[in-house]
Amino acid sequence: MGDKLLEVQNLHVSFKTYAGEIKAVRGISFDVEKGECVGIVGESGCGKSVTSQSIMRLLKVPPAVYKQGKILFEGKDLLALKEKDMRAIRGNQISMIFQDPMTSLNPTQKVGKQIMEVLVEHKKLSKKQAYKQAEQMLNLVAMSEPHKRMEQYPHEFSGGMRQRAMIAIALACHPKLMIADEPTTALDVTVQAQILELLQEVQKKVDMSIMLITHDLGVIAKMCDRVIVMYAGQIVEQGLVQEIFEHPTHPYTRGLLKAVPRMDMSRKNALNSIVGTPPDLFAPPKGCAFYARCEEAMKICEEHMPVIQEVGGTHKSACWLHHPMCPIKNRKEEA
Amino acid sequence: MLRYMIKRVIMGGVTIWVIITITFLIMHNIPGNPFAKEGKMTEAVYHNLMSYYNLDKPLGEQYVIYLKNLAKFDLGPSTKSKTRTVNDYIADNFPVSAKLGVTAFSFALVVGILLGIIAALKRNRWPDYICMIMAIIGVSVPNFILATLLIEIFSLRLGLVPTSGWGTVSHMILPAIAMSMMPIAHIARMMRSSMIEVLGQDYIRTAKAKGLSEGKIIRRHAVRNAIMPVVTIVGTTFANIVVGSFVVENIFRVPGLGKYFVQSITNRDYSVILGTTIFYSIILIVAYIIVDLLYILIDPRIQLTNSDKKTSFFKKKTVESKWG
Amino acid sequence: MKTEFEITPDLFEKVDVNLKDAETINRPSLTYWKDVWRRLRENKLAMLGFGIIVMLILLAIFAPIVSPYTYDAQSLKERNLQPNNTHWFGTDSLGRDLWTRAWYGARISLLVGFLATGIEFVIGAVYGGISGSFGGKVDNIMMRIAEVFYSIPYMLIVILMMVLLGAGLMPMIIALVITGWIGMARLVRGQVLQLKENDYVKASEALGGGMLWRLRKHLIPNTMGPILVNLTLSVPSAIFAEATLSFLGLGISAPMASWGSMANDALSGLFTGDGYQLFFPAFFISLTMFGFNVLGDGLRDALDPQLRR
Repeated sequence: MGDKLLEVQNLHVSFKTYAGEIKAVRGISFDVEKGECVGIVGESGCGKSVTSQSIMRLLKVPPAVYKQGKILFEGKDLLALKEKDMRAIRGNQISMIFQDPMTSLNPTQKVGKQIMEVLVEHKKLSKKQAYKQAEQMLNLVAMSEPHKRMEQYPHEFSGGMRQRAMIAIALACHPKLMIADEPTTALDVTVQAQILELLQEVQKKVDMSIMLITHDLGVIAKMCDRVIVMYAGQIVEQGLVQEIFEHPTHPYTRGLLKAVPRMDMSRKNALNSIVGTPPDLFAPPKGCAFYARCEEAMKICEEHMPVIQEVGGTHKSACWLHHPMCPIKNRKEEA
Repeated sequence: MLRYMIKRVIMGGVTIWVIITITFLIMHNIPGNPFAKEGKMTEAVYHNLMSYYNLDKPLGEQYVIYLKNLAKFDLGPSTKSKTRTVNDYIADNFPVSAKLGVTAFSFALVVGILLGIIAALKRNRWPDYICMIMAIIGVSVPNFILATLLIEIFSLRLGLVPTSGWGTVSHMILPAIAMSMMPIAHIARMMRSSMIEVLGQDYIRTAKAKGLSEGKIIRRHAVRNAIMPVVTIVGTTFANIVVGSFVVENIFRVPGLGKYFVQSITNRDYSVILGTTIFYSIILIVAYIIVDLLYILIDPRIQLTNSDKKTSFFKKKTVESKWG
Repeated sequence: MKTEFEITPDLFEKVDVNLKDAETINRPSLTYWKDVWRRLRENKLAMLGFGIIVMLILLAIFAPIVSPYTYDAQSLKERNLQPNNTHWFGTDSLGRDLWTRAWYGARISLLVGFLATGIEFVIGAVYGGISGSFGGKVDNIMMRIAEVFYSIPYMLIVILMMVLLGAGLMPMIIALVITGWIGMARLVRGQVLQLKENDYVKASEALGGGMLWRLRKHLIPNTMGPILVNLTLSVPSAIFAEATLSFLGLGISAPMASWGSMANDALSGLFTGDGYQLFFPAFFISLTMFGFNVLGDGLRDALDPQLRR
């Protein structure tokens, strides 16, 4: 076990709306170690983006409420920090890149200025120093003609270039943790690969941790050391990439993996999909959230929420199938 | 970019020509004769008058003469005043209107934008409610009512400022407020909704993720983007101020062009109506053109519009914003 | 591992997938217009505006009927009376009952507002609809013409028209319509164009939805919103224009009354202490404007799903 950079402990986040309370994140705990890349995977609305924005405290309070739990960053509880102290961390020690590079940059400000802004804010550089540094950042993210790019506006950039600019902003202050919220979802496939390679390269160069949020298992397999699988605001399974991909223990994870098309599949094999939709988080089910869609559901699952437990080494799973009392015949192990 | 500007100026020219023609036709189709009211006059005097004003010539010829004079910036003589030409009216009285109008206009812009920003930032809290109640009152109370109310309170009851007249700064306060109230309301509402929209944009979240303080986010990222749509209504605001001046200058007896314009309507002084209408139209259309060009200047997204492809993109954008 | 219930082996019995309860959606599902109505009803200010408008319309219809006075009956003995038991709003300098005149004026003002808006809507919808549906050259030419008209300051045209047509109710409405239809035409055209391009309309077309189906299911419901808002907001602007013109002496002429002309008549009273004569027309103009404006705003907010909170 290395040093823990980030520890999330029993985090609960809700949103108050006219129709009631949406329990978007319901008691999740995980940690990110120094220098590793952790992936969070799940369907839309499973709470992965809410989790990432909670770490940055970007959610607007209200309607969002941090109901319970702690987010420890180098031992400090981020949720207990004053806004001013939190600001000193954002963009400086923890930075973030977002899904849609088309809208994430200010359209009326030159790209160079937008990179310089973080440097001036956190590193207290002069304009001149910041300009030089910003240009170096563009160079680092493999942008061609960085000098020219500094003076251009976002609308003159392609999607991939904009995401590179976003990464340059995120890297500018050498953060310890970078949160990438679906960084490649809005990009073309070829550009996706470039951006992912870039992230891997810079991670090695600057030695930081990455928390990668995605719904794409392919991205996880390429990038991450560990995976966290989320469903309906909870963590259902976590472990090393090999553990999860080779021995998925939660029926939901198995479903997700089956839904990924593989090269070795014949065309006759239909792609498996998980039947149904996730539960409504206005009124989450009492028992296992996946019960309604689970092919291996048991009586106990309907009424009682499973507890996350170790299934081997770093591998944890929240499923009654792994309870010591569960009959072996029920465990339909992955072929 | 240049092509668009030229196109825009040509369109403006066409509009002004249409206005001149329509105004001219209307003025020459009004039932009755401008000299009918003057009571008894000899046949000879009448004919002299008619030929002095070119009224005895065919309509087409009158039109050509009028256009020729216009090209020389000569709006012709007044049909009622023996001593003053339309040009005199404009030269004497427009500066007064301009002074009052520009004051009211700047006041409206500054106050409207500030109120809009405050309301958006304190959305659904009391500062927002106060700003929006003011804005609702601003659009609900017509300026002539506001003007009389202001006179009643600040002049008659409190005696703080003179009821009417012109000359000192204190004469300008009430008319300027009366004229700017409605524009303030419009601008504040526009600014508020634009600001709220901008605050929900992804790049504001990026700015927050950069660790900037709320003040810096608002100043550097929100306000500039939010002001853009407001710029598009500046032209309308300007027009509202001009129209407001007709009413307000009358109530406060400000010797501006607006007052004389209304007077010329009640006096049926046709050449003054014609001339002033054209003058106002030209001012307003020039103002619209300036606003359009200003918009191009402050929005970097439409700065590089040299190639045809980009021009068409821009065209689409303006069309959308205008027709939207 | 601690659990607060006893785990028994029978709990681990498998459940037949088919026997599980069907998924239930707990969120109340609302249709678009129901949702709009819900949001509008929640907006107290808009409902207040709606109430004010209904009340003003009812009073405008019935108050002059039940009043013992007529709007133009002068009584030299009863000049400049303060509001009292017989003359609820007092009388003016010619001894006319202001209560009756105020509601008679309301008829004129509201009539101008509704009629002008109605005619503007018809002309604008036809013009804009044709321009938008044909597109291309027709659209270009029609919109260029509209653009020229649009950039002519509207109050100047109205004033010129009033000078040409003379004071009166019909000239007033014609003058207002001549300038007012353009805004509506542009709005309708914009809506039609936007909808023609919208993916969901294309999807409906691709799925075999007929022209009429698309019109009924997509175009009308989706264009109605902005148009409704525009209509609600053009009524007060017509009333405002009427009041301003009448105040300048260019609108409704005596003995007919509108709120604007009553305010004009009462202006001299301001300096002689008869401010009440100005109060009532001024108050009702403002109240009407307020009612329509807040209702229009409320509608706009209710119709804009982006503002859903």
